[in-house]
Amino acid sequence: MYVAVKGGERAIDNAHAWQAEERRGDPAVAELALAQIREQLALAVNRVMAEGSLYDPDLAALAIKQARGDLIEAIFLIRAYRTTLPRLGASRPVATAQMAVIRRISATFKDLPGGQVLGPTFDYTHRLLDFKLAAEGAPVPVAATAPASLADVPHVMAFLNRDGLIEAEPAGDASPPDLTREPMELPASRALRLQAITRGDEGFILALAYSTQRGYGRTHAFVGELRIGCVAVELDIPELGFPVEIGEVELSECETVNQFTGSKTEPPQFTRGYGLVFGQSERKAISMSLVDRSLRWKELGEDCTGAPAQDEEFVLMHADNIQATGFLEHIKLPHYVDFQSELELVRKLRAEVLAAQEAAQ
Amino acid sequence: MTAPSHPPETAPRQAWMGLLARATPARLAGLFPDLPAHDFLRAPEVGAVMVRGRIGGVGQPFNLGEMTLTRCSLRLAGGVAGGVVGHAHVQGRDKAHATRAAVIDALMQTGAADGLRVAVLAPLAADETARRAARAAKAAATRVEFFTLVRGEDQ
Repeated sequence: MYVAVKGGERAIDNAHAWQAEERRGDPAVAELALAQIREQLALAVNRVMAEGSLYDPDLAALAIKQARGDLIEAIFLIRAYRTTLPRLGASRPVATAQMAVIRRISATFKDLPGGQVLGPTFDYTHRLLDFKLAAEGAPVPVAATAPASLADVPHVMAFLNRDGLIEAEPAGDASPPDLTREPMELPASRALRLQAITRGDEGFILALAYSTQRGYGRTHAFVGELRIGCVAVELDIPELGFPVEIGEVELSECETVNQFTGSKTEPPQFTRGYGLVFGQSERKAISMSLVDRSLRWKELGEDCTGAPAQDEEFVLMHADNIQATGFLEHIKLPHYVDFQSELELVRKLRAEVLAAQEAAQ
Repeated sequence: MTAPSHPPETAPRQAWMGLLARATPARLAGLFPDLPAHDFLRAPEVGAVMVRGRIGGVGQPFNLGEMTLTRCSLRLAGGVAGGVVGHAHVQGRDKAHATRAAVIDALMQTGAADGLRVAVLAPLAADETARRAARAAKAAATRVEFFTLVRGEDQ
């Protein structure tokens, strides 16, 4: 029997009104401006842009404010908004070799052209709470400067590539599959996997990458290069017949160098894992490159040990935190009828078992 | 990196369109506050562009994620420049920014170009150069200078 029920509108309206009041918090405390979120919580903004899969710092700041700092809720808001935007084209692939780097490090080569540039980083901090930040009105910090070159910083991988010590990356200009346009099909191409991982949940991708380090699908990764900086985005304009720069995005890029002893099809050489993420998101970029490399076991002729990070379906079908939270959280919504049928079934089974026990006595 | 698939005579226009797109809306409005009469061929429209990367930085393209974009096409009305068409494709969702950039794109194809180069483009380019130089200088200050400690066997 299906029972249609209505009601709850007043309760829902009042719940949302209370949520709005709670969002504002204590009115004696100054309201948070979007510019404050954008400027002072920039890494949260970056995460919302990366996993929301829409680069727009002002919108991400708004989403964070609206979501009261719940980043997955904010990502949900951005994903919903982006579906309302007409698609005005696809950019030319960004040239990360021409990135204006603010950070660029290599864990494989100490001395390399362009040098090791730390940039703004939490590395080498002691992770002690800084109580000076608790006091407002401190003088504005000033970063040191040094004479700089504006020349392009070459990719570390290009040096290894020269000696044939690392696998070549096949070039091409084929239009890549887009999981926002057509449903993801497995097995997925590497391009499709990268799209799914770069917008995937940072915690999930981090955990999978960590699992490969601990031995579940070991890939022996070194960070060949990690770079962060702005790149130009170029769009071909059909009515003009030439491409124009439409703006800039900040990206984090990680290339891993992985041990590889050779296989039936490939000689011993280093192999690659790749990560590219919107914003300053190096934890995600490194994680992405480890998971990318792990998922390449089949094309490289490696053994599958059944590790989760080698299982393309497991990784790709569970990486999206909006899909995940949507399905997870729906179980809190009314399931009265479903549960009623379960209840009846259990009562019936119990009655049968109890009757059988009585008959046996 | 990308091979030019367009004649070199378009390079100056590409340069000013890019500069106008990268400018902050407030700065552009400050440099060029009053818009001449114009008719929209395509009213400012907010949409998204799929940003692509390359696997390994050099290989096959893949879809990285979208960015917001506002585009606009218009025709200057009246005067000696009447009929000239301007286009703009600018990052973000600011329709006034796209309109202003399209107007300047049109005017740059007229006799007003030299004046605009001095009054608008040069200051924007100077801002951008200063902004990039400032970030590069801060990055340079965080560049590691390695030095080798005296090793035991040398003593």
